[in-house]
Amino acid sequence: MADTANGTAFVAFERVQKSYDGETLVVKDLNLSMPKGEFLTMLGPSGSGKTTCLMMLAGFETATHGEIKLDGKPINNIPPHKRGIGMVFQNYALFPHMTVAENLAFPLEVRGMGKSERESKIKRALDMVQMGDFAGRRPAQLSGGQQQRIALARALVFEPELVLMDEPLGALDKQLRETLQFEITHLAHRLGITVVYVTHDQTEALTMSDRVAVFDDGRIQQLAPPDQLYEAPENSFVAQFIGENNTLEGVVEEIRGDHCVVKLDSGDIIDAKPVNVSEVGERTKVSIRPERVEYNPERLQQGAHTLKAEVLEFIYMGDIFRTRLRVAGNDDFVIKTRNAPDQVRLAPGDQIEIGWLPEDCRALDA
Amino acid sequence: MTDATAQDKIAGPTPDTAIRDAERADGPMLAADGRPLKKSLASALRRQKIRALLLIAPLLIFIMFTFIIPIGQMLFRSVENQIVSETLPRTVAALDGYDSESGPPSGEVFAALTRDMVVAAELKNHTRLGSRLNYETTGLSSLFRQAGRGVDDIGEDYTDAFVDANEAWEEGETWVRLLANEGWIVASDEWAAREEAAGRGFDELPPRFVFADGVEEALPRTTEMYADFAAVLRTEDGDSPVDEEPWNIVYLSLYEDLAANPDAPAAFEGAEAELLAEAAEIAAGLEPFDYTAAFEEIDEDWLGEDVWGTIDAFSSDYTAGYFAASADRKLTPDGIQPVDEDQRVYGTLFLRTMLMSLGITVSCIALGYPVAWLLANLPLRTANVLMILVLLPFWTSLLVRTSAWKVLLQQQGVINDILVWLGLVSDSNRLIMINNQFGTIVAMTHILLPFMILPLYSVMKTIPPSYLRAAKSLGATNWTAFWRVYFPQSVPGIGAGSILVFILAIGYYITPEIVGGTKGVFISNRIAYHISTSLNWGLAAALGTILLALVLVLYWLYDRIVGIDNVKLGG
Ligand SMILES: Nc1ncnc2c1ncn2[C@@H]1O[C@H](COP(=O)(O)OP(=O)(O)O)[C@@H](O)[C@H]1O
Ligand SMILES: [Mg+2]
Repeated sequence: MADTANGTAFVAFERVQKSYDGETLVVKDLNLSMPKGEFLTMLGPSGSGKTTCLMMLAGFETATHGEIKLDGKPINNIPPHKRGIGMVFQNYALFPHMTVAENLAFPLEVRGMGKSERESKIKRALDMVQMGDFAGRRPAQLSGGQQQRIALARALVFEPELVLMDEPLGALDKQLRETLQFEITHLAHRLGITVVYVTHDQTEALTMSDRVAVFDDGRIQQLAPPDQLYEAPENSFVAQFIGENNTLEGVVEEIRGDHCVVKLDSGDIIDAKPVNVSEVGERTKVSIRPERVEYNPERLQQGAHTLKAEVLEFIYMGDIFRTRLRVAGNDDFVIKTRNAPDQVRLAPGDQIEIGWLPEDCRALDA
Repeated sequence: MTDATAQDKIAGPTPDTAIRDAERADGPMLAADGRPLKKSLASALRRQKIRALLLIAPLLIFIMFTFIIPIGQMLFRSVENQIVSETLPRTVAALDGYDSESGPPSGEVFAALTRDMVVAAELKNHTRLGSRLNYETTGLSSLFRQAGRGVDDIGEDYTDAFVDANEAWEEGETWVRLLANEGWIVASDEWAAREEAAGRGFDELPPRFVFADGVEEALPRTTEMYADFAAVLRTEDGDSPVDEEPWNIVYLSLYEDLAANPDAPAAFEGAEAELLAEAAEIAAGLEPFDYTAAFEEIDEDWLGEDVWGTIDAFSSDYTAGYFAASADRKLTPDGIQPVDEDQRVYGTLFLRTMLMSLGITVSCIALGYPVAWLLANLPLRTANVLMILVLLPFWTSLLVRTSAWKVLLQQQGVINDILVWLGLVSDSNRLIMINNQFGTIVAMTHILLPFMILPLYSVMKTIPPSYLRAAKSLGATNWTAFWRVYFPQSVPGIGAGSILVFILAIGYYITPEIVGGTKGVFISNRIAYHISTSLNWGLAAALGTILLALVLVLYWLYDRIVGIDNVKLGG
């Protein structure tokens, strides 16, 4: 990547591999570089190696192969406490025998900071997370959300340039999670710190990050800003994993530049944009986002291929309608439409024609 | 009364009004049926409580009988001292107000002692009392044994004088006719007839002796002694006094009665009055008996103040004497005094027991902590194998393990051999590692180590590794992370392990007995000695009580300093 090439990457993984047991690779050939100040999220299903990557960066696990660089310098041989990386753990890891203030003082004390300086920094850090009144409490006397705020303040109080967070909001309820998501991103940008954030929650990843690295099977499947990830998934894993997605399977019939024709298994012909296919006759999974499907005959593109569909279910969701269709033998084809005054409300049993813009329909790997 | 309450009264409590009542700031909270909430809750909980109680009842009863009651008895034994007042009731009464500094007591006390000793010797109680008092003053045991033999003869001259005058005095029947109630004589004859008929194997006791009216006032000393004579005969031999000649002391008592009250025969009638009048004449010709001289003849130590000081000091039913002895003190007539320097053992022993137990606890922490840490941080399978190694000592007998240490540590033992072979010590200078405190600490540390490791392990198991990681990510070195973050969280385990090890160590006695020699034994060895060898159970009980109190005090101190909440055996 360009950043790595000209040496401005702040954090870089270069051909990193990791195996715990000497038999299977948990991380396979990881290449990643991020500039200073970026908020990068590692997103992936459980067991895909996200935590392992984070631990290698923090220094608690050693890479079996490859190099990890921080600010241009290899850190493979630097012990964790000298890396100066702030960390927030999923279970917060607040020291239970210390008060909130003592927890925050800990990183400052081990750095030999004087008392008055310590106190002002602790106060500033607590105010930053709106926990100024809780300095004397013990972690056990705080709610989950409050503990998470303290953990965040503790990871930031010694002003690290890089902060790692491993599913920090995983144990919180939805509403609190959303508030904290916003607060964390806001803080990160205000302080200009670089953040590597790990989550398995795609909404969290999309709303918080500058870029998202989608992990699966020990590899980064796609590394892109959230909008690209959603709108232009590069393979069918990413398409399925991020957001809601309709998949139709078939064979490539014809490729012409950025347009191709796919013959579905049901025999229907559709137009698509070739992303991961290069040859005629290749099997493909075609991916269409539910909100990009059009069924209003007036708005359907002239001359484009359309498919017949039967309405199976209509769900009223307030702001949108969610309709489940049977399309080309697939019973789980979902479309979403905005609840607009002129919108047609479908009913189960209706027979309709659906279509889409060819560039919204991506032919990916099978 | 407000309107609202008036309405409630009329309508009676409904759920609505109950809730409204409950919301009122004053007055008790009410349940939906209008009863006070507290009461409702209490009755709901009562059944649960009863069920819980029933579940633990078998254990509770078991513990009650095997643990609490014996311990209670033991504690009681440490102050109980009824043996003196039960064996020597007359003497104890006569000693009232006695001051041992003014020399031996009056003849009256010796007269009382004579009577007590006659009864005690018949019951063979005097040796027990002698042993008991020997704990306090050595020599008393043999003194009592001699006196038990000697008092038999006291009063013999008076017996002879009476019998010489009239042979009838030799007959048991004469005495019975003189002293017994008519009804008793009839009952006794019937009993004798039943015995005759039944032959061998007859085990019915003769009727309890009853004096005739007025006899006890006329002959107080005689009847008192005769009552004891009849009672001993009845319970010890199952005999009636009809066929037995009384003890010499009874004759002596008769003399004293008649000498003190020559009109006594007037209380009798007929043949008995004549017999007694004749006896009174003889009595008038006899000299009073000198009890003091009689005891001086048995052993002149009986006139020493040691003996009487001791008897006087221990005459009450309860004594602090055992506790005084436990503290190297002595109960003397002048109050509690320290014993001679060369006899002080218990203070040293208690101190040594405490210090060595502390040493054992500290070495268990030092050795056990790293092992527990390893166990808690290794992969489960490896940890399980190690755990078996930790528990392995439990599969071998304590005695075998201790003896193994003897083999290892003795001067011709394995370790010394190896050291000599390596040239680290010369053959003539072999290390003394056993039969001293070193041996005890080594062997006990080994034996008690699992009791430290197990609680430590189960506490460490609950400390997530993420704390150490968090500390390191915050910039702490390995040592700081351990010392500031991990160690404080493992303190409850150290606390639990220490309490366990310390309390077990303080009461241990087999191992110190085997490897401790004289310098390495504990207070419990002394307790065991008093229980099984010297049979001074009172002192053993007092020592045990002090040990228990010390443990409780330490426990309390621990609670004050560390906090008992800071003890965890797991989770
Ligand atoms: N300490 C470890 N020892 C052995 N295997 C591990 C260890 N930590 C993680 N793994 C394995 O590595 C894989 C990736 O784990 P992890 O990085 O925790 O995934 P994620 O954080 O994405 O859920 C999983 O299959 C897990 O079982
Ligand atoms: Mg993880």
